[in-house]
Amino acid sequence: MDTEVLRSYLPLFWEALILTVRIGWLGIALAFAIGIITSALLHFKVPVLSAVAKVYIELFRNTPLLVQLFFIYYGLPVLGFQVSAEGCGIAGLGLLGGSYMAETIRSGLDAVPLSQTESALALGMNKRQLFGSIVLPQAFSTSVPALVANVIFLLKETSVFSAISLMDLMFTAKDLIGLYYDTTEALFLLVIFYVIMLLPVSIAGSFIEKKARFRIFG
Amino acid sequence: MGFEVLLKGTNFIRLLQGLWVALRISLISVGISIVLGIILGTLMSLKKPVITAVSRVYLEIVRIMPQMVLLFIVFFGFSKAMGLNLPAEASAIIVFSFWGTAEMGDLVRGCLISIPVIQYESSYALGMSKFNTYFYVIIPQIIRRLIPLSINLITRMIKTTSLVMMIGIVEVLKVGQQIIEANRKSSPHAAFGVFATVFLLYFLACWPISRLSKYLEKRWS
Amino acid sequence: MGMEKEVLKIEHIHKKFDDLTVLEDVSLTVHEGEIIVIVGPSGCGKSTFLRCLNGLEEINEGHIYIDEEPVNPAGKNITKIRERIGMVFQSYDLFPHKTILENVCLAPVKVQKRKKDEVKEEALKLLERVGLSAKVNSFPRQLSGGQKQRVAIVRALIMHPEVLLFDEVTAALDPEMVREVLDVMLDLAKQKRTMLIVTHEMAFARAVADRVIFLDGGHIVEDADPKQFFDSPKTDRAKKFLSTFEFEEK
Repeated sequence: MDTEVLRSYLPLFWEALILTVRIGWLGIALAFAIGIITSALLHFKVPVLSAVAKVYIELFRNTPLLVQLFFIYYGLPVLGFQVSAEGCGIAGLGLLGGSYMAETIRSGLDAVPLSQTESALALGMNKRQLFGSIVLPQAFSTSVPALVANVIFLLKETSVFSAISLMDLMFTAKDLIGLYYDTTEALFLLVIFYVIMLLPVSIAGSFIEKKARFRIFG
Repeated sequence: MGFEVLLKGTNFIRLLQGLWVALRISLISVGISIVLGIILGTLMSLKKPVITAVSRVYLEIVRIMPQMVLLFIVFFGFSKAMGLNLPAEASAIIVFSFWGTAEMGDLVRGCLISIPVIQYESSYALGMSKFNTYFYVIIPQIIRRLIPLSINLITRMIKTTSLVMMIGIVEVLKVGQQIIEANRKSSPHAAFGVFATVFLLYFLACWPISRLSKYLEKRWS
Repeated sequence: MGMEKEVLKIEHIHKKFDDLTVLEDVSLTVHEGEIIVIVGPSGCGKSTFLRCLNGLEEINEGHIYIDEEPVNPAGKNITKIRERIGMVFQSYDLFPHKTILENVCLAPVKVQKRKKDEVKEEALKLLERVGLSAKVNSFPRQLSGGQKQRVAIVRALIMHPEVLLFDEVTAALDPEMVREVLDVMLDLAKQKRTMLIVTHEMAFARAVADRVIFLDGGHIVEDADPKQFFDSPKTDRAKKFLSTFEFEEK
């Protein structure tokens, strides 16, 4: 491996990392928002909207992000919806992630025993107090491992962004391999930068999981 | 809207053939993953320190490395480092099996340790031999838990195979691009119709399988 | 008796689950300070009866009044009514994500909007009275079943309810823990609290009750004072029920 080559590529990878992280986390934030709203629609069985939510979840859970991105980026402009590559990446990740988050949060809500609801009602709590102080905190604690897994999954999914010509880590590596044949160096930096992006999240995730598990199960 | 382009000549057949390429890669990879995953999971459940340490590193690599990166390493990296030129499809199968084995191994380990000790003890208390205990009591329970999870792995594998277009395999997305390219003049709106169709094809391939997995999970739990 | 005011009035209530009739024309008047024990075979509707009283189950016919005010689960004031009726469940149902002290203080602060300091002081006093001072900062999972159930009783008491409902509160406990919970309830009885208790502990029922209600097949079959009910039950159904608790010697 040529350290001189590594050093010269470093700034390119930094730039790509910043772009990947920005799009990734904005997409994840969008996924959480979509997930919470969708799961609430399902949990409270809101008429019509919960049916829409179900169709949405099935559609996006059962198709690859790459195909979703192609459809949004190349297909929709035909109908007049022009989205920038970055906006498209965020929307795609948010829609894909939203369907996963919705399922996770809903199963967390459903897992809170009915007896918890009843004893809160017996204490005179209203629906809002019941949901905010009893059901939601417990639902979040039980779904923490799955939520962490979703976040890591979504961060990894950012690796397909290069397909819609976003200059992310994959794009940069591919470019260097194609242009200069510095395959070893490019792949080495690619791995290192994904480790930088994901290892802290993975470690923090395990830590949060342990804390959440302790809160509920001891 | 661009759907008409699919009715031209063999375009739709070509799209389906492209889908089959992706499905074939994923089915082969799932087959390999299930076999290797069962072995790995069983080894991990033994709780031998060396196996635990090695498998933990392996699982963590799979946990944080995008399949796309692994695909690049095998496809571009191996050919350079070892001078052997792996065909793209073989690279894809290697990478997806590497990923699938880790996933499957973790599921198998989870199932094995989730069987309560009392299940073994009550079988022994009935005078059953170790073989009978495993054959009649433990393994049937594990299989029931494992089958829905492994079916679910198939859909995840199918979705992952869409990545292979990035290393030049001509699968459904690539075929779609080619069709759009070839008809740029005659059907300028083809991008919508073709990619909507690809979207639907993937959905039709995955949805029944994930329904089945959910159904079995509910029925057997 | 008879002079005290009527706290709870239940008039001809019916309760059905789909086609299954669980309660049929049940009426009962509960006076202030009265302790009523409800016994009967499993599935006789005892738990459902208690759950109707604070609107956890909707009744199909009849009326329930607490101090003249109707109990209606769909009504706007149902949370206000539930504040006045404390309930303790078989499975304790402490909130797992909150400490013991937080479990006890949550409803008075959030629901009754009382001052935190005042609530905390009262909570500590009540927890001390049931012997749990050492556990105030523990989480529910760190407590034994008996300890959890004592907390659940305190959690209901701190709301200053006019009536307390106990739904088989010792049924899920190990035998050696039953006593510690029953002792707390005996202590409450001494304070002349109004209580409705569903239980299978016959010796306890006899000791604590002012009145025993025998419920069978969704009807009140006997309504008697404990001595009379346990020593000389009037109906065959009650005799048969009581005989299931006895064993002949060899």
